[in-house]
Formats: sequence, C-alpha cells, structure tokens
Amino acid sequence: MYTIVKKEVLSEAVFLFDIKAPKIAAKAKAGQFLILRLNEKGERIPLTIADSDSKKGTITTIFQVVGRTTRDMSKLNEGDEILDVVGPLGEPSEIEKYGRVVCVGGGVGIAPIYPIARALKECGNEVIGIIGARSKEFLFWEDKMAKVSDRLIVCTDDGSYGQKGFVTQAIEQVAKEEKIDCLWAIGPMPMMKAVANTTKPLGIKTIVSLNPIMLDGTGMCGACRVSIAGETRFACIDGPEFDAHKVDFDLAMKRLAYYREEERQADSSANCKCGGAGICHA
Amino acid sequence: MSRIVKQKYEMPLQPVEERIRNFEEVALGYDEETAIAETKRCLECKKPKCVEGCPVEVPIPQFISLIKKGGFEGAISVIKSKNSLPAICGRVCPQETQCEQRCVLARNCEPVAIGRLERFVADYELKNKQNKTSGELVSDKKSKKVAVVGSGPAGLTAAGDLAKMGYDVTVFEALHVAGGVLMYGIPEFRLPKEIVQREIGNIKKLGVEIKTNYVIGKMDTIDELLETGYDAVFIGTGAGLPYFLNVPGENLNGIYSANEFLTRVNLMKAYRFPEYLTPVKVGKRVAVIGAGNVAMDAARTAVRLGAEEVYIVYRRTEKEMPARREEIEHAKEEGVKFVLLTSPVEFHGDENGNVTSMTCIKYELSEPDESGRRRPVAIEGSEHEIKVDNVIMALGQGPNPLIAKTTKGLELSKRGNIVADENTCATSKQGVFAGGDIVTGAATVILAMGAGKKAARAIDEYLTNKCNSN
Ligand SMILES: Cc1cc2nc3c(=O)[nH]c(=O)nc-3n(C[C@H](O)[C@H](O)[C@H](O)COP(=O)(O)OP(=O)(O)OC[C@H]3O[C@@H](n4cnc5c(N)ncnc54)[C@H](O)[C@@H]3O)c2cc1C
Ligand SMILES: Cc1cc2nc3c(=O)[nH]c(=O)nc-3n(C[C@H](O)[C@H](O)[C@H](O)COP(=O)(O)OP(=O)(O)OC[C@H]3O[C@@H](n4cnc5c(N)ncnc54)[C@H](O)[C@@H]3O)c2cc1C
Ligand code: SF4
Ligand code: SF4
Ligand code: FES
Repeated sequence: MYTIVKKEVLSEAVFLFDIKAPKIAAKAKAGQFLILRLNEKGERIPLTIADSDSKKGTITTIFQVVGRTTRDMSKLNEGDEILDVVGPLGEPSEIEKYGRVVCVGGGVGIAPIYPIARALKECGNEVIGIIGARSKEFLFWEDKMAKVSDRLIVCTDDGSYGQKGFVTQAIEQVAKEEKIDCLWAIGPMPMMKAVANTTKPLGIKTIVSLNPIMLDGTGMCGACRVSIAGETRFACIDGPEFDAHKVDFDLAMKRLAYYREEERQADSSANCKCGGAGICHA
Repeated sequence: MSRIVKQKYEMPLQPVEERIRNFEEVALGYDEETAIAETKRCLECKKPKCVEGCPVEVPIPQFISLIKKGGFEGAISVIKSKNSLPAICGRVCPQETQCEQRCVLARNCEPVAIGRLERFVADYELKNKQNKTSGELVSDKKSKKVAVVGSGPAGLTAAGDLAKMGYDVTVFEALHVAGGVLMYGIPEFRLPKEIVQREIGNIKKLGVEIKTNYVIGKMDTIDELLETGYDAVFIGTGAGLPYFLNVPGENLNGIYSANEFLTRVNLMKAYRFPEYLTPVKVGKRVAVIGAGNVAMDAARTAVRLGAEEVYIVYRRTEKEMPARREEIEHAKEEGVKFVLLTSPVEFHGDENGNVTSMTCIKYELSEPDESGRRRPVAIEGSEHEIKVDNVIMALGQGPNPLIAKTTKGLELSKRGNIVADENTCATSKQGVFAGGDIVTGAATVILAMGAGKKAARAIDEYLTNKCNSN
C-alpha cells in the first residue's frame, strides 16, 4: 500500500499527489514514470514522476482527469492508500550540457517537463521554458518553472493569461532570436506533433515523451509499441522519450483511441446507480 | 493376470456448449474411484521408464501404488519430495512428450494417465488439508540471504527449496502479483488462479518474503542486491518479450501480442469488464498466428469472449504444431478452425487504424533437410485475403533486456538469453545463478522448476563453501 501524503488541486481537472514510496523516490530520475493500480479491480495506468524527495521518501505525480481511473483517483484524499505503485520505469532523459535548451510543457505536460528543465539547468544549460494551456485555469507550476528557467514564456490559446497563442508560435519566436541546441516538448499528442512539425524545418533537435496505452510497463506485452523511423519500439522500455522527427504521430494517436468506447463505458458505470455494472450503457 | 485396459480412464470435461461461455476449468479431474481404477493399469515396473521422462524424476510407480491402496496423503508426500507444485504440473505438463511418452504401456496402447493421477492427489491434498505446509521441515536458520528475481515457477521453486534449507529468501517480482506466466499467461480455464495462489501461499509459509511491484534493473540492479546484503542471487525472469512478424501494418489497432491479450484477460480480468476496469476488445473474426500452447490458449480465450470465428493460422501442418495434443483437441472441439500452411505477409486497416484484413500466402513443406526437418516454402502467387477484426501474435517470446542491460559481467547468448551452467545454473558472474525460460528460451513449467531446484542446491553449496573459506 502506498499512502497519499499530500493532495493539491492545481486547476479545474488537474491534481497533484505526493505519494509515500521511499524506494522509488530514491531512484527516480527526470523522464521516468510509474504505473499505479488504485484497487483490486483497477486498471494499471502510467503517470510521470514529476518530482521526488528522497529525504521524505515521497514522489510527486500530477494527473488530469480524463476517464474512470483518473476520476476515481481525484476523489482520494490525504491519508488514503493506493494498492500498487511500481517504478521508476522507462529510460531517464539524456541530461547533458547541450548549451541553450528549450523546455516546452503543454497542459498537464507541464508536470513532466519540470524535472527535465531542472536537471538540464543543474547540468549547466541555459534553459528557456515555454508553458502553455488552453486557458488560465489550466496553467500551474509557473513559479517552479520560472525558478529553473533563465527565461520563461507563458502562453494560453485564448489569451486569458500570458501571451495569446500556441506554444509552437512561442518556439518560432525564440528560434528567430537565438540558436537552440536542443528542445524537449511534452503535452498532448497533437501538440507534440505540431511541435515536431515546427522544429523539423528549423533543424532543431527535438525530444518528445510519448504516452501510449500501457499494461505492464516492463516490455512484456507490446501494447505500448510505437513506430520510430519505421521501426517498432516499446515506449515503456525503449522510451518514453524519442526523437520527435522520427515518430509516427498519426499511428500513435490512432492507437490511443482504440478503447474509446470501453473507456466511456467504464466511466459511466462509475456514476450509474442502476446496478447493471455498466452493462446497461453498452 | 486380467486383461489390461487399453485406454486411459476418460477425464470428465465441462460440456463444450457450456464451457465456451465461461472461464471455469475445462477438465474436472478424476474422482477417487476413477483414479484408483486408473492406477490398476500401471505395471509398477521395477525399472520404470516413465521416471526417465520426467525432468524432476517424480517416483511415479511409488506414488501410483500408494493411490491404489488409498494412501493419498502418502502419495502426495512422495511426489512432493521431487516436485513442489504437483497441482500445477499435473495440469499443464506436456506429459505426452515426457513421463507418459516413456511409459511401457505406450508401446501398445495408451500410457498410464500419470498427469491426471498427479493432479488427483494434489487436488485431494488441497481440498483436505488447506492449512498445512508441504510437510517438509525447515532446517535450522542460516545467516545468509538470497535474492530471487522473478516469481514464475523457476523463482518460486528456488525460493521454496532455499527457505527449506534455512536461508532467508526474498523474491522480487515486477508485476503486482506473484506467479509469472502461471498467473498472467495460462488461462483460468486450464489452470485456476486459486490453485496457483495457494501454492504461493505455501511458499510464503516457509518464510519466503515476496516483494511485488519491484522491477530489478530499475529499482535495484543485481549488483546493488549483492552490495546490500544478499549473498547470492537467482534470476528467473522468464521469456517475456513478445516477438512480432515485422511485416507492414503490424501496429494497427486490434493486433495484439498473445502476452497483451492474455494479460488483459487473466491478470487484469478483462473478461469481467466493466466490473474490472481493464478492457479487451474482441471482434467477430479473430486470427491467432502460431500453433503452440500460447496460441491455443489465446484462441480458446477468444472463443470465450464471444468471437464468432477463430482461426489458428500456421505455416506448417498439424503434425508440426508444438502445442500439447490435448490443447489442440480441446480447441477443435470448441470450434477453432485451423488454417494450415498459411502465414500473413501484410495487414490492412480502416481510416481509424483498426485492422480489417490480412494478406496471407500459402506454403508447402520441403523435402526433409539434413536436420530431418521439413521447412515451409512459400508458394509463389498464392496471395489471398482473410478478413479479420483482431489478430493475436503467438510467435514465441524472447528474453527481456532489463536485467542484461543493467548488469555488468553477465554473459549472454546471441539471442540475449543468460548463459548458465546446465547443472548448477551458475552464470559468468560470481554469486549469480539463473534458470528457467531466461536461460533456455520459452520452454515448460516443469523444466523451469527443475532449474530452480538445481539452482537452490548449487546456491547452498556455493554459500556453504564461501562460509567455510571465510
Ligand atoms: C509514460 C506515460 C506518462 C504519463 N504521464 C502522465 C501524467 O504525468 N499526467 C497525466 O495526467 N497523464 C499522464 N499519462 C496519461 C495517463 O496514463 C492517462 O491519462 C490515463 O491512463 C487515463 O486513464 P483513465 O482511466 O482516467 O482514462 P481512460 O478512460 O483510460 O482514457 C480517457 C481518455 O484518455 C485517453 N488516454 C488513455 N490512455 C492514455 C494515455 N496513456 N495517454 C494519454 N491519453 C490516454 C483516451 O484516449 C481517452 O480519450 C501518461 C501516460 C504515459 C504512457
Ligand atoms: C500462454 C502460455 C501457455 C503456456 N502453457 C504451458 C503449458 O501448458 N505447459 C507448460 O509446461 N508450459 C507452458 N507454458 C510455458 C511456461 O509457462 C514457462 O516455460 C514457464 O512459466 C517459465 O517459468 P519461469 O519461472 O522461467 O518464468 P516466468 O513464468 O515467465 O516468470 C518470470 C517472472 O519474472 C518476472 N520478471 C521479469 N523481469 C523482471 C525483473 N526485471 N524484475 C522482477 N521481476 C521480473 C515476470 O514478471 C514474471 O512474473 C506456457 C506459456 C505461456 C505464455
Ligand atoms: S512432473 Fe510432469 S513430467 Fe513429471 S511426472 Fe508429473 S506430470 Fe509427468
Ligand atoms: S512405465 Fe508406465 S506402467 Fe511402468 S511404472 Fe511407469 S507408469 Fe507404470
Ligand atoms: S507496456 Fe507492455 S510492453 Fe510496454
């Protein structure tokens, strides 16, 4: 059992949990993730380790409510327990001195970009942070990102905070002024695809963190397979970070949608009181 | 002497019409009367050939003779002196190529149903003395600690044996439950998970600690285990990495590895979705590529999940199929169709990226080559389409690279398996032993157990010598 020691509501549908998991906290590196299962009947879902504190023995994870498991999770409180947490999984980010790096976080992707930005900064890079969201309510961790960035650009699609526009526009703007040695982008799949399309003609080395559907997270099932430069790779053990310019995003987005019907069914069965175990919604 | 009954007493089965709609065990097991009748077929040979066919040398005539006299408890002790998981082996051992193949009766008629008898007494024990440990006494506690990585049959056997020798044993398992393939791969209808969990419970009663959610290579490396107080390590991480065909369209939705499909259904209980939250999608037509045990399990699972047409698509003929005979028969009874001398070369999908069909080619078998094997040869111009809603790849599994990547000084084979001594399971790294599928490639439960046993003995020897030389 893994106890939730802190819960914060970051925005409308985004929550932060600090979870007691000393062994994972001691080992986690930027770029890695965990898989959790809330209870006996629960699904195994992957979440990025957004921060860790080896002294307190806790890990931080930030999640957006998108379906049944994340909704159930959002109802848990400090002191409640999660049945299974395993990690750190995946390969850590390749942190080294590149020179000037740009770290882009979109929506809930701000959470996983933060530890990467911090590690790159600690390694002596000049870090330009770009964070963006649909509107003001979906932004969080501006202060944390500001602390690890030499310069931080904040944007919202609707202009309700920061500059109006997409993160891709902010990237173009930076690229016009300075030479970018490496760029990280994490966010929803369509955003990462747009970033890849923006940086490719500019010749900027770009890394994205893919979030396919996963089951075991140890290379056993192949559910997480992605196509990188035409070759099949398992995101849980070969990734989750890959060279953005080699990723087949369209395939990845289609694979993410395969269970949409079932996901809806699982989510509505949570709220239904008819006792049909969700079958009534089929 | 009375005339020998030529055939095994039949195994009672769940009727086909019923069993294709549930996940309960298909083979129901002998009752006492049938078991005793079956034992009378055994000649209790002085030099029993059957024992030579069993990888762990279960004293077969002895236990059969005890059953004959109604000494069920004695029979189970005899089996357990060699095999700590009889309820599992009695169900899933490929007896027709092991113990039963060598039985003298097999020359003229059906061999003695050794597996069914083994299962019978094991079930008898489980039913009648649930809370007793396996009977063996644990020897005096030793001060040494052993880490076991992986909780499949290899790891569990090594852990149980080492605990009995008095070692302090910790098992590290990546998944949230112990059992390996016995839990996530082999379906409930062939091996009830309750039985596996009871056997694991017995191992825990010996004092073994099992840490689930613990991935070695990520949380700790093998070297870290050795540095932090473990005196020896046994690696039994299995062959978990699924192979694909590497043909176009293979990443379309609806194409699963057998591991993914079976894990969703067995480990995550997707057959009870949405009560259990992990979904699995099975359409009308399902093609399973391959013809081993894994393929039969996947095909029979697809039948139970409501697929209307399930095909086994295989490059060779029925004679070459690696699956157990019984599984092939059961699959046929359940309506699985066999599409032989055929293999897919490309998959096609719709605008959502869901698979809709596959292009296959036909094969013929060549004349036997030097090794005596008839290789499949593609027939030119034999391309044809087969409509499918799902494809399940059951092409075999390779070793997972997590441990190899993070352990220095561990010799690997060309295919990435750990190289270990056949008799001692010792690897190229001091204090590190390995056995089961991670060494042999995908094999059988009983061979994995056999390796676990050998390793336990060798680890005991290694630690005793180490102690004396200090
Ligand atoms: C390596 C990795 C790291 C991740 N890190 C985070 C994180 O830090 N914070 C966070 O909020 N989410 C993260 N995700 C996504 C998270 O796993 C999913 O949001 C979660 O599984 C949804 O579960 P659910 O039952 O609530 O929703 P579901 O009912 O399963 O899904 C609802 C919706 O989410 C989509 N979805 C399903 N699975 C995923 C997925 N794996 N990724 C993205 N969308 C998905 C579905 O297409 C559907 O539209 C990560 C995913 C991966 C693979
Ligand atoms: C579907 C299916 C059907 C089968 N049917 C039969 C049958 O009828 N009869 C038969 O004899 N054999 C059968 N087999 C084969 C048999 O199950 C295997 O040969 C046997 O389980 C191998 O045992 P093992 O202990 O070596 O590994 P496994 O059973 O594979 O167990 C390995 C364990 O190690 C864990 N692990 C892996 N990496 C790590 C890590 N880094 N850290 C921690 N833990 C880790 C895994 O999660 C797993 O639990 C079947 C296999 C499958 C897949
Ligand atoms: S363990 Fe397997 S091979 Fe050995 S006697 Fe029992 S069923 Fe036969
Ligand atoms: S070889 Fe056959 S008949 Fe002889 S002891 Fe073994 S099981 Fe009995
Ligand atoms: S999640 Fe199963 S192989 Fe990656």
